[in-house]
Parts: sequence; structure tokens; C-alpha cells
Amino acid sequence: MKNPVLNISSLVGVIVLAFAIPYFVEAFTVLNFTVYIIMAILSLSLAFVWGMGGIMVLGHSAFFGLGAYAYAIAAVNFGPGWEAVTLSMLVPATFAALLGYFMFYGRISDIYVGVITLAVTLILFNLINSTSGPQYKIGSAPIGGYNGITAVPTLSWPNGNFIDINGMFYLSVGLLILSYLFIRYYLSTRYGKVTVAIRENERRAELLGYNVAQSKLITFSIGGAIAGLAGCMFANWGSFVGPTIFGLVQSAQIIIWVIVGGRGTLIGPILSCIAIQWMTTQLGMQQVVNVGFVLGIVLTIFVLLVPSGLAPLLAKIPNVVRSRLNGKPKEDVALGSPAEEGQT
Amino acid sequence: MDFASILAIEILGSIAILVLISIGLAVVFGMMKVINMAHGEFIMLGGYVTIFGTTHAGLNIWFCILVLSPLIVGLVGLVLEWLVVRHLYGRMIDTMLATWGLSLAIVGLMTMLVGNTTTGISTPLPSVAIGKFSTSGHVFFLIALATFVIIALACLFKFTTFGLTARATTQDANMVANLGGNPRRIYAVTFGLGAALAGLGGGALAPIIGVIPTIGITYIAKAFITVISGGATVIAGNLAATSLFGTINQLFTYWYTPIIGEVALLVCAVILIRLLPQGITGRFFKGTI
Amino acid sequence: MSDNIILQTKGLGISFGGLHAVRDVDFVLRGGELRCLIGPNGAGKTTFFRLLSGQHTPTRGEIIYKGKPLGNLQPYQIARLGIGVKTQVPSLFEGLSVFENLELAANQTFSGLEAVSIVDETLERISLQDQRHTICQELAHGQRQWVELGQILASKPDVALLDEPAAGMTHDESLKTIEIIKEITAKSSVVVVEHDMDFIKLIGERVTVFDRGEVIADGTFKEIASNPQVREAYLGRKEAAVA
Ligand SMILES: Nc1ncnc2c1ncn2[C@@H]1O[C@H](COP(=O)(O)OP(=O)(O)O)[C@@H](O)[C@H]1O
Ligand SMILES: [Mg+2]
Repeated sequence: MKNPVLNISSLVGVIVLAFAIPYFVEAFTVLNFTVYIIMAILSLSLAFVWGMGGIMVLGHSAFFGLGAYAYAIAAVNFGPGWEAVTLSMLVPATFAALLGYFMFYGRISDIYVGVITLAVTLILFNLINSTSGPQYKIGSAPIGGYNGITAVPTLSWPNGNFIDINGMFYLSVGLLILSYLFIRYYLSTRYGKVTVAIRENERRAELLGYNVAQSKLITFSIGGAIAGLAGCMFANWGSFVGPTIFGLVQSAQIIIWVIVGGRGTLIGPILSCIAIQWMTTQLGMQQVVNVGFVLGIVLTIFVLLVPSGLAPLLAKIPNVVRSRLNGKPKEDVALGSPAEEGQT
Repeated sequence: MDFASILAIEILGSIAILVLISIGLAVVFGMMKVINMAHGEFIMLGGYVTIFGTTHAGLNIWFCILVLSPLIVGLVGLVLEWLVVRHLYGRMIDTMLATWGLSLAIVGLMTMLVGNTTTGISTPLPSVAIGKFSTSGHVFFLIALATFVIIALACLFKFTTFGLTARATTQDANMVANLGGNPRRIYAVTFGLGAALAGLGGGALAPIIGVIPTIGITYIAKAFITVISGGATVIAGNLAATSLFGTINQLFTYWYTPIIGEVALLVCAVILIRLLPQGITGRFFKGTI
Repeated sequence: MSDNIILQTKGLGISFGGLHAVRDVDFVLRGGELRCLIGPNGAGKTTFFRLLSGQHTPTRGEIIYKGKPLGNLQPYQIARLGIGVKTQVPSLFEGLSVFENLELAANQTFSGLEAVSIVDETLERISLQDQRHTICQELAHGQRQWVELGQILASKPDVALLDEPAAGMTHDESLKTIEIIKEITAKSSVVVVEHDMDFIKLIGERVTVFDRGEVIADGTFKEIASNPQVREAYLGRKEAAVA
């Protein structure tokens, strides 16, 4: 996947495909696909923080929820403009920075980082859930408790035009691609390389003179900002936010996307998120098998049997095919270098 | 005065509930370094066993709470240990994720089986009046049960061969294996014991809560936080953490609302973990069990 | 002479519980010096390095680096001041390539093209040009040790602390390692911990002997080798430990 020509051509392919989709399917399907894409942004943000940075965040939905609520509250107060969008990224990023300062400078171990982030998202869920009275307001926006905030003002194009269903889809695809390119770019910078180095060996990074706590904090905050952006889009998509976006189930889903897609890759969790959501929707239409049941089994089975996810396996397919064609022994391929996976 | 006694009882009750929902997790975490994310679902299953045992099968409620719930959930725990957990020992994060999967799957399964509705039973115990205040009689049962569980576990770990071997396994599993013990079986039994304790907790709570397949979520965060804050020392850590959090929870509930009580508990715990990364017993009560 | 002191410890000590792993160590390293540190297993050599690199906080004494006390700096701050460490247990970015491992080291001191050319140069020095894109996990044990030494070469610290750089190597590999160490000495003052007396002899520089956390002797290899206290404490017990 290091081949730049291949990368650019696949990027172009994705863009063309994405922009063609609304011409071939019904509006309802476009609407569904839009939410898949928005969630893919969320999945990408955890793929960055956890898969690339090695920071196990179990309650990543906290940032998604904060972004959604920040947007909704700001949009009610100042109207649906760039201020609201900025806040939807700034609020979760700042929150991540504060929480990260507390965790990373306190040298809390990985497992506790996971548990604390999980506890935090539950605290937020409980807090928001209990603010249903009219006395709970931020500016002129009632928080709405378990009812959430309805009729969130939605964004329009810079020229003032209403963003229709297709427009929303294009916007989401655009933001997904932008987020992906941004993360790719960041990881290629001097600072970004430290992110992966810390995942590989924190102590070594430190002994080479890298400020591990600071780097983790930056990774965590960037992840928070991107998750917040996904939250902002989600609030726009349904014109609604509710406390369940902070919930454990939401957090679990993000983790499933990343595990199934493959930790250490960015494309994997994007694709798996879209695929799993599509599957979930299909499952949801029949009333026999519970969706949570299937997702739970998928998570357990992947952790047990396919811990590195699907992307590394898929990345091997072209090699396997090539070696079959060339009649080369299979062994070269089976090793599948982890670094290449890291670059997927 | 009456009010003070009621408040004291409520605080004790709150501590007892925390003990009952977290002690199973504490045993598994303390002995095996496994954080079982499906613990809340074990509690939920315990609740259902007691409810169905009394309403459908017409069994005695105390039999259901004290015997049937721990027994059935303990067996479920053994099976899941065999299927999933035992393949992941030593990999804390993976164990957490895999048991999180189990948690989702159990919720889904129960939703398919019993539907997404709340069921409940009432306690046969009358409410108790102190002066012009009154409190549920079931609280006294919970306090007594929690006390009994703590004492029984302390005896189990201190005086029985299983307890000694289990503690030795925690220290050095290879050594135990060399001496002819079987760490795998110890782990399996410990996990089963943790599940059984969760089942007991769920059964005991069933009369005062509405049971629904998703109820585990309500408990898992509190149970976690209690266990992590308590540290690796199972019983002393659990008692220290439950006493602290139970008191805080109840006081804030009394001053504000139950929700604020929960938030206060969680915030307090997060700060505590920051201050004492090894948990309370990492710093105090060392060398206890 | 004393102007040339780059690193010095005064009464340095640390205890774990009741165990004095390092006790009252006065140690002086001069600019450009290559010093060997020997001592039986558990003598406190690794712990001494950990103190110097900030991975442990001393319970007693102080560390003076370039004339200033280090105080309670974090390991990364100490590294930035120019103290580099090769740890006893090889510690690399296992999932990254040899190139990336060296690049991360070079980036700390250099940037852009300069960093890249230093990495290329380093690859040559450690004879891993052909493995530049190999993942460290897949390297042989000796090569991994070299990558770690390469990180020292690439970051060019003022003081390099090398903990058992030739452990587990074949004789030929050890010779190559000595070459690399000499390369490092061209830019840095170096302290090498080693078990193997033959290796120390080959390096042929001044030797400091640790035993039970204390410095028990200091001198040329010849002096050390004929010092009865050292022979008894170090060689005697080492043979017993090996047996
Ligand atoms: N973190 C630690 N906690 C407790 N004891 C330690 C620790 N690190 C080292 N020790 C003890 O300090 C002594 C010195 O160890 P070390 O510095 O590794 O010796 P060497 O490198 O010379 O073989 C040993 O007895 C070791 O067990
Ligand atoms: Mg050593």
C-alpha cells in the first residue's frame, strides 16, 4: 500500500464512486449511507488514537457526543454557522486535552486509561440524561435530558443554499476524505511519527528524548476533535441529539469497527464501519436475531481468532494472487510485514 | 435522631449494594487480573433467575436468591471461561474486549428471549419504621447478606486449601504448577465464583429494582470503579472502596438527587485513581487479603 | 583536567525497600572518554544507568552533568540534554523498520535532509543497508542490538550509556560491536557495561568495577585483572553463578 500511484488512484476511485452513488439509489438509501459515512469518520478517529497511537480509549463516544451537543447548543444559540462547527471540534478537543493531561501526565497505565474513559462517558451520559427540566439551559438551548435536543438548526452551503439529502452525503464523504488525508499527513510529520513510535515502545521513545505524555495528549486531542466533527455531522444529519450517543453501546460499536477493521490501519476501520453498519441495518429489518447479539459475538470472535482485524488479511490478497501467478513459494507472502500493514 | 439512624441505614444499604455488585468482579480482578466486562450481565442474569424462579416456577424467593441465582450464573461463568476467557489469560486488554463482546451478546440474547421490558418482584419483607421515618425491610437483608459474603470469602481465602492455592496462584502461577497445583483449574473456579457472586448480587437486588436486559450497564461502571479503586487486594480493597463510595453516593443522593449521587461517586473515583494509581490498597492495607 | 569532566556523580545511591542497589557512588567521566563498567550480576550497573538517565530517582546523592546538577528531570528531558542509553534488554520500536527506528533517533537532534543522510550513514556503519526496510521484529538478535547502537550513533548524544551491548553475540559479532562502540566514541563520551572479560580486554580502556552497589576498584584492565578483591568478588562469584 506504499505505492503512491496506487494510493492516489484508489482515492480517485473512491471519490468517483461516492459521487456517483446518489444517482443510482433511492433517497432513503442515500440517507442511510450518509450516516455510515459519518460513523466512518468516528471510526477513523479511534483508529488514529488507538490503532496508531496505542491509546486504548473505551469510551470514545464521549467525544462524539460532546461534539454533537456542542454543535447543537451552539447552533441554537448563534445559528448554524462556522462558530458551531468550530465549537463542535474545539469542545471535545479541549475536554480530551484536560482529561489527557490528567491521565498521561499522571502516568496512568493503559488499562486504567480505558476504564477511566469509559467511566467518563458514562458520567456524561448520566449528567445529560438528568437534565430534562426547563431550568437546564445553556444560553437559550435547553439540554433536554433524555429527550435530547430536537430541531437542531442545520448547516447550509456557504452561498446560503439548503443542504439537501445528496448534499449532506457529499459533504460527509468530503469530510471523511479530508479527515483521512489530514491524519495521513500528520502521521508523516516529525510529530506524527512519534505517535506510532510511542505505540511501539513508550520507554524507547522517552529515552530518545520524546515527551511521551505531551505526544499522547496531542494524539488524544486530535482524535477528540475528529470524533467531535463526526458528532457535528451526526447532529446535522438527524437535526437531533440525544444522550444515547454517549452510551456504552455507542462506545462498543466504535471499538468493534476498529477491531474488525484492524488496529494499526486507517482504511480498515473506515471500511469495516461502513460494512458493519450496513449489516446492522439489514439485520435490524428482520426481527429474529438481535443486532447487539450479533455484534457482541463478532467482537468476541475477532478478539479471540482474528485479533489483528481484516485489513492485514485483505492487504495480503494481492500478494497471494501475485505469487500464485508467478508460481512463487507462498512463504514470502505469509509473513506479511507488519510495517506495510501499519501504512495501509 | 430517627432521621440520623435512617440515614445511617441508607448509607449502610448503599455500601451493601456496592459490595454485592462488585465483589464478584473484585475476586476475578484481584485473583486473575481479568476485568470482566460481562459482570453487569451476570448480575442481570441473577436477577432474572430469581424473578422467573419465583413467578414462573413458584419457588421460594430466598431459595432463588441464595441458591439458584448464584448456581446458574456460576455455571454460565464456567462455560464462558472455558469458551473465551481462558484463551486470553495475561492479555488484560483483549480479555476486556472479548468479555465486552460477551456482554453485548448476553444482552442481545436476553432481549430476544424475554423482550425489552422491565420485570420485577416485590420483597416479602415488610418496611421498617423508625419514628416517623420508614425504610424498606429489604435493605436490612442486603446489609446482612453483604456482611455474610465478606466474612465467608475471607474465611474461604484464609482457611481453605482452595483459598491458599488461589492466593498462591495469584503470586506465582508457575510455582503452583511446579508444586503440582493446577492454575488453570484455579482460574476457572475463581471465574465461576466471581460469576456466582454476581448472580447472588443480581438475585438479592431483584426485589428492589426493575430487571431489564440492559440493566447491567447501570452497575458495570460502579462495579469497575469500585474494584479498580480498591486495588488488587480483594476483600480489604473492596471494603475500603465500597465504604467510601457508598457513603458519598448516599450523601449526595440525599443532598441533591440520585443522579448527582452517581456522578459524585464516579468523579470521586476518577480522582482517586489519579491520586492512587495502584488503588487504595496499593498504598494502605498492604499485606491483607 | 577537571574542566573536562562531563558527567559526575557524588554519593549517588538508591535503595529498593531495604536493598541498596546503588550505594554512595562517586563516578567521574571525562569528555571523549570510553569507560568500561563491570561487576557481577546484580551489582547495580543497570540501576546506575537508570539513575543517570532519569528512569529512577536517586534516594541519595546527586548527578552533575556538564557542571550542573540534573535534579529531578524527566527521562526525556535528560535525553534531550544529550545522554543516550542502550538498555540491557533490547528495546526497539519492534513493529517499525530499521530505517524508521534510526530516523526517530536522528530526528531528535537533526531535521530534514540532514537527518536522512545521518540515517543512511548510520545504516552503513551498522552494516544494515540491505535491511533498511526490514521490520525490527524480524532481525536477528545481534542485528537488533546494532539497531539500538545505531540509534545512539544517529542521535549523537554527548554521553552514551551502553548496557551490555554485546550480550548474546557470537565472537565475530562482538568484534563488529566493538567497532561500532569506537565509532560512537568519536562523537560521545561512552560508558559500556559488560560481563565478558574478553570483551573488556579487547576494548582496552579504563575499567570501573561495581559490586553490591559500590565501586570497589578502578583502573586499567591489567590492574583490575590482577586486583585480588576484584578477582574474588567478581570472577569467583561469576563462575559460581554460571555454574
Ligand atoms: N525496580 C527494582 N525494584 C527492586 N529491586 C531492584 C529493582 N531494580 C533492580 N533491583 C535490584 O537491584 C540490584 C541491582 O540490579 P541491577 O542494577 O540490574 O544489576 P546489574 O545490572 O549489575 O546486573 C539487584 O539485586 C536487583 O534485584
Ligand atoms: Mg544489568
